Amino acid sequence: MYYIEKAKLSELFSKIAENRSLYLPVKKNGQTNFAHWEEGTEYCDDLKTVKSAKDHFFPQTESLMHFKTEGKKIQINQDKIPDEKTVLFGVRGCDAKSFKILDSVFMSEPQDAFYTARRENSVVITTACSSPDEACFCGVFGVDPADPKADSDVVTWFAGDKLYWEAVSEKGEALTEEIKDVLSSSDEKEVEEEKARISEITKLLPLNNMSLSAFGGDKTDALFNAPQWDKLSEACLGCGSCTFVCPTCQCYDVRDYNGANGIQRYRCWDSCMFSDFTMMAHGTNRPTQKQRFRQRFMHKLVYFPANNNGEFSCVGCGRCVARCPISMNIAKVIKSFGGDK
Amino acid sequence: MCSCNHDHEKDHVCSCGTDKLVPIPAVVTEIRTETPDVKTFRVVGLDGSNCFDHKPGQCAMLTIPGVGEAMFSITSSPTETGYKDFSIKRCGHLTDWLHSMEVGQEIGIRGPYGNPFPVDTEFKGQNLLFIAGGIGLAPLHSVINYVRANRENYGTVDILYGSRSADDLVDYEEIKNVWEKEDGINVYLTIDREQEGWDGHVGFVPSYLKELAFEANKTAIICGPPIMIKFVLQALLEMGFEKTQVYTTLELKMKCGIGKCGRCNVGSKYVCKDGPVFRLDELDELPDEY
Repeated sequence: MYYIEKAKLSELFSKIAENRSLYLPVKKNGQTNFAHWEEGTEYCDDLKTVKSAKDHFFPQTESLMHFKTEGKKIQINQDKIPDEKTVLFGVRGCDAKSFKILDSVFMSEPQDAFYTARRENSVVITTACSSPDEACFCGVFGVDPADPKADSDVVTWFAGDKLYWEAVSEKGEALTEEIKDVLSSSDEKEVEEEKARISEITKLLPLNNMSLSAFGGDKTDALFNAPQWDKLSEACLGCGSCTFVCPTCQCYDVRDYNGANGIQRYRCWDSCMFSDFTMMAHGTNRPTQKQRFRQRFMHKLVYFPANNNGEFSCVGCGRCVARCPISMNIAKVIKSFGGDK
Repeated sequence: MCSCNHDHEKDHVCSCGTDKLVPIPAVVTEIRTETPDVKTFRVVGLDGSNCFDHKPGQCAMLTIPGVGEAMFSITSSPTETGYKDFSIKRCGHLTDWLHSMEVGQEIGIRGPYGNPFPVDTEFKGQNLLFIAGGIGLAPLHSVINYVRANRENYGTVDILYGSRSADDLVDYEEIKNVWEKEDGINVYLTIDREQEGWDGHVGFVPSYLKELAFEANKTAIICGPPIMIKFVLQALLEMGFEKTQVYTTLELKMKCGIGKCGRCNVGSKYVCKDGPVFRLDELDELPDEY
């Protein structure tokens, strides 16, 4: 275990940024999101960024290829696969786990070349959550906000006037070796106290003890026609806010843009909550908001586990709890199927 | 060929860095007008190849740069080498554009996608009953011609095909001049309403199916509009067919073709990779949303 004085954080960032691009939470115009670090950029220790960290590997929009046309001839040129070596600092345990969930989509055969390259070129540094809030329920999905080492390369803790640093993967050890000059060795005493303090807080979180026993890969028949969906979906506006802040939502659209510099084919986030998501020339297979609402939650809590050894596609970050304009969210869905018992 | 669309061995683990969403260029060498709103496009790789190998029932993504990309079933059989045919109905933005193309137009193509009909396994040695409605003949056309080319592997072949009118029968020339004339293939055509010059059967496909009263010693392969499929399935079950004897192919919105974009997800299946071909007992396990 190592540490660096909080007052010297910029030295740490500066050192990391010598050989790699560093991204970390930065507050801008009142909103905290992951941003590129440059000399002078200030790290923001807010509990959650507005958008999740998935943006880093699966950007909201990204160009895939360009076309050139001349008469009846066409040319297809794939855009460059990203090769930037990056470090993500300040990732919370929930977002780190979401990367594993996204991996099982984008890095299963056939792999997505853009996503895979970004993942392989990155080092993920998580930061323990010093103050989890009432919207957090990552414990339900097996995330430990006090010690999020499961899905990290390096875990860090803010405690007292220090940032503690522990490499937990080969990638993390390699990075630690590179920047060791700015770190000092430490015992684990203050970190152990901090972990215990965080664990006490998580016991008090109102949503952190929900049960998922009603859900899982074999629950399609039991849940699909359940009467609960009518009431749960009734007020849903289909705005897609939950999808856009969700660290695990991975549905995307592919579109062509015919601009001054030729034709670009790009990918962008999409939402199964939108009415045109499954629209074809002859109609849609999910014409009602209830069907679309049900699809989103059945996918996270039943269909995804069915295909991924029981792993749920939610990490309990609580962003949807905070963002939904009608206060509907996955916690309410889980509770309405007996999850509060 | 590996899934990157480059000319690698089938099981080659690809490191060429090409993303699976990137199509290869190909050229339209022939356009056949089938009906007032269906044309068949012959697509050949720029090097004169068939672009990639496929099996009957598989699909491909076709790209018109600046217009978009959509999934179509491959109409030609793998036994017809050197090209791929696509019978496509004009019904939306991209298909409008396809219908206004001229021979020589280059397009993008990627594939093959999805599971094929089990022509070399479950279908082998079976009597086959094909039931199609309208443009639903397109995916079955590939199976039918594959079966014709490997006739010794299959039992009796019956083809029941219907459309709105005589003018809407796709592949009419081939049906009349090739399929009907072949020994051991029975073709039954029907149209929805009486029409001048038509002396064949008149009536909907499901009711004609009941009239024909086939024995249930066949494997049924179905494709057509949802309403036709619904009543054909009912009729087959009434006629004594087991669910394990009935196959169909689904159509849902698709963007990636590789089980990632999320659109064609029904239950725990993705129609683009777990389908589009399903056996009726497998379909029964899916939520009713397709």
